[in-house]
Amino acid sequence: MMYADDGAQPMAPLLEIENLRVTFDGEDGEVTAVNGVTLSVGQGETVALVGESGCGKSMTALSVLRLVPAPLGAIRGGSVRFAGEELLMKTVEQMQEIRGRDIAMIFQEPMTSLNPVFTCGDQIMEAITRHRVVSKREAREQAVEMLRLVGIPMPERRLYEYPHQLSGGMRQRVMIGMALCCAPKLLIADEPTTALDVTIQAQILDLLRTLKRKIGMAILLITHDLGIVAEVAERVVIMYAGEVVEEAPVRSLFKKPAHPYTRGLLGSVPKLDRKEEELKTIPGNVPSLKSMPSGCRFHPRCPNARSLCAKAAPALLEIGEGQRVACWLYGLPSDREGVETL
Amino acid sequence: MNQESDVLLEVRDLKKHYVLSKRTVFGRREVLRAVDGISFSLRRGETLGLVGESGCGKTTTGKCIVRLIEPTSGQISLEGEDVVGASPDRIREIRKQMQIIFQDPYSSLNPRMTVGQIVGEPFAIHGICAGKERRQRVEALIDRVGLTRDSYTRFPHEFSGGQRQRVGIARALALNPKLVVCDEPVSALDVSIQAQVLNLMVQLQKESGLTYLFISHGLSAVKHISRRVGVMYLGKLVELGETEALFSSPLHPYTEALMSAIPRPDPDIVRERVLLEGDATDSNHPPSGCPFHARCRYRMAVCENEEPAWRDLGGGHFAACHLR
Amino acid sequence: MIASENRGRVLRRLFRRPLTVIGLFLILANIVMVLFAPVLSPYNPEEMHLKDRHSPPSMKYLLGTDFYGRDILSRIIHGSRISFTLGLSVVAGGLLFGTTLGLVAGYFGGRVDSLLMRVTDIFLAFPQMVFAMAIMSVRGQGFGNVVLALTLTGWTAFARLVRAEALSLRDLEFVQAVQSLGARTPRILFRHLLPNLMAPIIVQATMGMATPILTEAALTFLGIGIPPNVPSWGGMLSVDRDFMETAWWSVTFPGLAIACTVLGFNLFGDGLRDALDPKLRA
Repeated sequence: MMYADDGAQPMAPLLEIENLRVTFDGEDGEVTAVNGVTLSVGQGETVALVGESGCGKSMTALSVLRLVPAPLGAIRGGSVRFAGEELLMKTVEQMQEIRGRDIAMIFQEPMTSLNPVFTCGDQIMEAITRHRVVSKREAREQAVEMLRLVGIPMPERRLYEYPHQLSGGMRQRVMIGMALCCAPKLLIADEPTTALDVTIQAQILDLLRTLKRKIGMAILLITHDLGIVAEVAERVVIMYAGEVVEEAPVRSLFKKPAHPYTRGLLGSVPKLDRKEEELKTIPGNVPSLKSMPSGCRFHPRCPNARSLCAKAAPALLEIGEGQRVACWLYGLPSDREGVETL
Repeated sequence: MNQESDVLLEVRDLKKHYVLSKRTVFGRREVLRAVDGISFSLRRGETLGLVGESGCGKTTTGKCIVRLIEPTSGQISLEGEDVVGASPDRIREIRKQMQIIFQDPYSSLNPRMTVGQIVGEPFAIHGICAGKERRQRVEALIDRVGLTRDSYTRFPHEFSGGQRQRVGIARALALNPKLVVCDEPVSALDVSIQAQVLNLMVQLQKESGLTYLFISHGLSAVKHISRRVGVMYLGKLVELGETEALFSSPLHPYTEALMSAIPRPDPDIVRERVLLEGDATDSNHPPSGCPFHARCRYRMAVCENEEPAWRDLGGGHFAACHLR
Repeated sequence: MIASENRGRVLRRLFRRPLTVIGLFLILANIVMVLFAPVLSPYNPEEMHLKDRHSPPSMKYLLGTDFYGRDILSRIIHGSRISFTLGLSVVAGGLLFGTTLGLVAGYFGGRVDSLLMRVTDIFLAFPQMVFAMAIMSVRGQGFGNVVLALTLTGWTAFARLVRAEALSLRDLEFVQAVQSLGARTPRILFRHLLPNLMAPIIVQATMGMATPILTEAALTFLGIGIPPNVPSWGGMLSVDRDFMETAWWSVTFPGLAIACTVLGFNLFGDGLRDALDPKLRA
C-alpha cells in the first residue's frame, strides 16, 4: 500500500470527507449527529474544525478513523477518502493498520487516554512495534527520541515512569509523542489543550506548530476556542448542529466572517484589547438533536432570518477565495440586494 | 474609593492547608498548602476577578469565604463581622448575605427537584415565605434571570447548560445577598452561551448593587467583568490591581507569561510570546523563596532564598516580586 | 448519578425485557395470594383430614395433602402471608435503620464514617445463619423473633449501599449549594440526598425481599423459626422432609413456592436496576 507522493494526483487533498452522515440510537429513536458533512485537509495543512458542544465535530473526526462508538452510533452514508482510498470500505484489519501508522489521533483528556498500569515507555514502544518490525532496543531508542522531540526533559528517565507520575501537560506530550512515532501523514487532535492550563496550552500549541514544520504532517484540529484557531490553523471549518455552515482560510474567517453564526461566535468572545459594555450574544440555545429546526438549522437564532430560511436548507456556496458558506443571504441570485444590505 | 466603610469583604492572611499523610518515613507531615496566606479586600459593588491555573487555590479561597471549607487560619470578615469564628446560628444568618454560583451547571442542581423547588429552597431553609408568596417570589426570580415561567415545574435535565446556570444564579440571588462568589461560572459553557451569562451577571449587578468575587481561569471573561483582578500562583497572590493596569502593564513575570499565553482570536496579532518552561511545582513541596522562581525568566539569586514581600507599588497595584 | 427521568421512559424500559415481566408476574401472583388467601384456599389450612393423609394431587386436593392430611395448596396460599410479611418487615427495618446509618456515615465521612462502618463490618462478619440461629435459640420461636433476627443481620446491605452512594453524592455541587444556603443537616440528608438515592434503594429493597424468605424457610425447616402449626413454607418442608420419596408432592410444591417467589423478586429487581440506571447496563 504505497500512496506516498508519487505525483499522480498532485493536487488531491490528503483527506476528503464527503457528505458524511452519522446517526445515533438514543432513547427516543435515532438522531442524526453528523448530517452531510463535507470537508478536506490538504497535505501538510492545518484545518480547524470548530463548533460548540454537540455540533458533531468530534463524531466527524472519529468517523475518519471509523471509531464511532458502536452499536449506538453508525456511519450511515457518505465517503471518507484518505490519500485517494476509501476508508469506509476497508476491513477492520486494514483500518487497524491505518490507525496510528497513517492517521493518528490525540484526545482531550491525557489522563484517561494513557493506560495507568503501563509505563510511558512501554506504551510508546508498543505504538512503535505495532506497525514496524524493530528490535526492542531500537524501539526504546526511538521512544527516547520521540520524547525528546515533544520536549520532555530527561526522556531516558521518563520512559520508566507511569502516567500518574506526570503532570497533565507532560502526559499530553507523551500522547503526542505516541501519535507521532510512526510519522503519520495526518494527526487528528480532538480538543488537545482543553483540559490544560493556559501556559501549558501555549506550550502544546507551540509544540504542534514546531512539529508540523519539522515533519510536514497535516493536522485536523477540533476545538471550540477561536483563539487557538487563529493561532494554529490555516483553514477553518465551522460546524453548527451537525452541518458545516462555513469554510474559509483563517484570515478571511476572522476578517470577514460570512455566516451569521460565525459572526455571532466571534462577537461573543470577550476582547482582551478593548473594553465592551456588553458582549454580543447569539440568542437562544443550541438545538437538541432530537428536535432540529426545519430549513436552515440556525434560523431560530439568526438575526438575519427570513421566511425562506425556515423552509429550505441552504447548501454550501463559494463566495470568495476558498470561502464557502451555507446561508441564503448569499445564495439566491434573485435576491442580490440581500447581500448588499449587510 | 478607599474609605473603610466601602469595604464589604476583608480577607487577611487566609490559609488552608491539607494534611496529606499523617507521617512519612522521615517523620515529617506532608502538607498541601492550597491557600497560603492571602489578603485582599472587596469593595461594595465591585467585581474582583481571581485568576490562576488549576491547583493555584483560587476555588479553595472562594469556598473558604462562603464557609464551605473551613480555613486553617486567617480572618474573613463581612461588613466588619468575623465569619470564621462565628457561632453556627450566626453563620446561618451570615450566609444570607453571601452566596456562591458553581462551575458545573450539571451537578450543581438537584436532579430530583423542579426548578421551582430549587430556586424556592433558600426561602424554605430560612422559613422566609411559603405557599403562594413563595411561588410569586420564585417566579419573579425566574423572570429576572431570563427563563420562562413554565420552567417552574420542569426538572434540570430538561434544560441546556446555559439555562441551568441561570437557575443556579436565581437560587444564589433568592436571599438578596450582598456578596456572590462566582466559582468558574461560565467555564463549562459554550462560547455563545458564556456571553449570555456574563451579560446577565453584569445586568444583575447593576440592578442590585451586587459585589462579585469572580473566580476563573478564563482570562478574557475575567477581564470583561472585573474592575480589579488578583493573580494567584501556588496558593499565593502574586499580583493584584486595576484590570486595565494589570492587563496592559503586568508587574509580576507570572502575570506577564499568563497574559501572553492567551490565544487571541485574531490571526494578525504579532506579539512576543513568553513561553513558560515546565509546570507549576506541586504546592506540597513549595520551593523556597519566590514560589515562581523555578519558571521565571528574570530569576535572580535572591529569588531562590527570600520570599518577596506583598507590596503596594502605587495606585493600589500590588505585587510580590523582587524585581519591583 | 441518576438523572431524574420521566416515569414513562422508565416503565417502557422496565417492560421491554420478558424476564422482568415474568418476575413482576410472580410477585403479583404472590401479592394476590397474600391478600385473598381465605378466598383462594379450598380448605382451612390447619384442618387435618386424617383419612386423607399424604394423598397425592387429585381433583379433591389439587396439590395433595401432607402427613397430617392438611391441604397443601391451602397451606401454600396461607404460607405466602408469612413469607411476604416477613420479607416486608425485614426490608422495612433494614431500610429504616440501614439507610439512616448509611446516610449519616456517607455524608459526614471521616471518623463518623469509620466508626459506623466498623460496626457494620462486625455485623457482617457473623455468618447470617449462625447469627439468626443464635438469636432464635435465645428468644425462642415466633414470627416477631424471626423478623428481629433477620433485620439485625439484614440492615448492613442497605447501610453499605447508601453510604457508598452518599459518599459520592455529598461532593456534588448541589449539596454544597444547599450547605451554603444555610440548610441544617437533617434537611440535607433527607430532602436532598435521599431522593437521589431512591433508585438503588428500591432495587436493593426488591432484591432484599428474597433473602429473608429463604432464611426464614431454613430456620423453620430446622425447627427454630415459625411454630409448626402456623402454615409457613419452611415449616411445610420440615414436616414432610422424611417422606420425600413416598409423598414427593408434600415437599415439591412448597419448595417450588419458595423458589418462584425468590426468583420473582430477583428477576424484577434486576430489571428495575437496569431500568432505573441505564448506566449499569452492559
